[in-house]
Amino acid sequence: MKHTISVLVENHAGVLSRITGLFSRRGFNIDSLAVGVTEDKTVSRMTIVVEGDSYTVEQLEKQLNKVVDVIKVRTIPQQDLISRELMLIKCNATGRTRSEILDIAKIMNANIVDLTKNTMTLEICDLPDRLDLLEELLKSYNIQEVMRTGTIALQRGGAAINVK
Amino acid sequence: MTGAKAIVTSLEQEGVTTVFGYPGAAICPVYDCLRESPICHILVRQEQNAGHAAAAYGRISGRPGVCIATSGPGALNLLTALATAYMDSVPLVAITGQVPSDQLGRDVFQEADITGAAEPFTKHSFLVKNAADIPRIMKEAFYLASTGRQGPVLIDLPVDIQTQELDFLYPESVSIRGYNPSAKANPLQLRRVVEAIAAARRPVICAGGGVFGAGARAQMRAFAERCRIPVVTTMMGLGLMPSSHPLYFGMLGSFGSSAANYAIRHSDLLILIGTRAGDRAMRQPGVLEKRTRIIHIDIDPAEIRKNMEANIPLVADARLALEDLGENCQAADTGMWLAELKEKLGAGAPFSDCPAFVNPHRLVAALTERLDSDAIYIADVGLNQIWSARSARIKEGRFLTSGGMGTMGYALPAAMGARLATTARQVVAVMGDGGFQMSMQELATLCQHDIPVRMVVLRNDSLGLVRQIQKQEYAGRYEAVDLSGGPDFAALAQVYGIRAMTLSDNDEIDEAVDALLAGEKSFLLQCLVSPDEPAL
Repeated sequence: MKHTISVLVENHAGVLSRITGLFSRRGFNIDSLAVGVTEDKTVSRMTIVVEGDSYTVEQLEKQLNKVVDVIKVRTIPQQDLISRELMLIKCNATGRTRSEILDIAKIMNANIVDLTKNTMTLEICDLPDRLDLLEELLKSYNIQEVMRTGTIALQRGGAAINVK
Repeated sequence: MTGAKAIVTSLEQEGVTTVFGYPGAAICPVYDCLRESPICHILVRQEQNAGHAAAAYGRISGRPGVCIATSGPGALNLLTALATAYMDSVPLVAITGQVPSDQLGRDVFQEADITGAAEPFTKHSFLVKNAADIPRIMKEAFYLASTGRQGPVLIDLPVDIQTQELDFLYPESVSIRGYNPSAKANPLQLRRVVEAIAAARRPVICAGGGVFGAGARAQMRAFAERCRIPVVTTMMGLGLMPSSHPLYFGMLGSFGSSAANYAIRHSDLLILIGTRAGDRAMRQPGVLEKRTRIIHIDIDPAEIRKNMEANIPLVADARLALEDLGENCQAADTGMWLAELKEKLGAGAPFSDCPAFVNPHRLVAALTERLDSDAIYIADVGLNQIWSARSARIKEGRFLTSGGMGTMGYALPAAMGARLATTARQVVAVMGDGGFQMSMQELATLCQHDIPVRMVVLRNDSLGLVRQIQKQEYAGRYEAVDLSGGPDFAALAQVYGIRAMTLSDNDEIDEAVDALLAGEKSFLLQCLVSPDEPAL
């Protein structure tokens, strides 16, 4: 089962390597990791998606909490999850296929962000599953490059995870 | 003042009186300031030994030991000692020199990314980028090393920062928003523990090194005595109960006593305190989980349910938890259970002696019988550690060893550190000839700084424990375990000016131990042991 964990960390050098070192050292397999600064500029927030049983997640939370630079760790309950991921995807597009791809983009709510004579680059921001779907749909158009940011997430409702 | 002066002044503010180290170009400004400080610097002969000595100093004094090394190889030599301290949760502050800030990352002479390399083995580390941060960082380093689950903290100090000027003001308190170790137990959980103990008929306490870490030996003993609960310990917990205590049933685990292992296998309530239930202590945690209820008391939440399931977890400082339990628990009706365990204790197997060799069990028993009540016994790693753990009779003293990491060469430098942490306690280091040869360069340090350490080298001219593994599991195909070629270690010690003798006869053990313990100076006793002397 996939779990989404939000981690507030001190925003200074070396913290990311402490966290990633912990994953490899303790044998945690991470699906994705996204980091960015928060409303408090001294704090960064990581969203970690991890596949595993409840033992794995409990251990991961506890080991993360031991890192001195980690301020707070929360697993977001599945039902309260608001998650998004951004993907850029470049595929071949010639006169004949361009309109087909445009159709797909329209249905999938993806934007065209670059266009050349032979290629087209799409941008989509959606649930990770929807990104997978778009990638699948574009497969037959010879995908050149895919770049995904990893999932970011907040908890639904009024509750907030912050330093206070 | 300069950054270097701020480091030394911070050490003084923390009450540090002794540091262990080895200088080099990148840490010279600090040494220049140490010269004018009342802090005593012990010059070791290899940096790893500075780490072990400081760690043992920390274990005995209860305050972080301090070691200092230069950049690159000096810092890297500390790594094994840091890892050893980390595994055994020992308070330690390591200070390393580093190349100038503006040259970091350019692979200049004697540059090594030591904070990166030490990351898995330190509780926390700092790379100082601004001299003005030094007072705060030093305060935080000592706080982190000595609170919660104790451990090593590293401060990496570029040489230009050491000469940078700052206004020195040592902070009164520490505030680290990501670090709030819980100390007081949750009252609800505490009540569940009290109820579980009241309901138990066959309870047993399994205590580990964390009880020493919390300074809770007296509280644990009082709790066990009040509730009449038998106690077994891990190797790190040896010495928590005097060996002769009626509630004590020995060390558990693969090399432990049968009574201790029987006790946990047949208990209906297992109370783990300050132990991570490591693999050497509990080989089959899964089997135990099914048989018995488990209470796990530990300051580190991550240890609970890591190696073993816990029915009642209690995150707390062991001393506070044990004080609470000592007040609230009632004496349990454990008479039958204790009698059953007493039977298992038996008389122990009789010694089986080899002619022309010393029986190490006899020696360890005779030695520990003759030691002062508060003596510190330090075992190295290998067969000598197992013999020591099984046969040492600890009274009110300590048993130190590298329990988690199993670092050979630990005992001699640790003995130096332990001795300097006390004023007059006896310190005995018991080693094999393998471990001794990993740190025997420190004989010079003992002489130079006049540190009296009693050394016992159990010499079998082989790497005994590995040899035994090859004998039992590899059909006797010995490879690379023959350690012949070493000199007469008694003669070697004498060249250093250290008194020494060789023992090869069981009948002369008492006289040899008397000689070892007599006088105020160091002594080395070389004991010839059969290479076929088994672990158990």
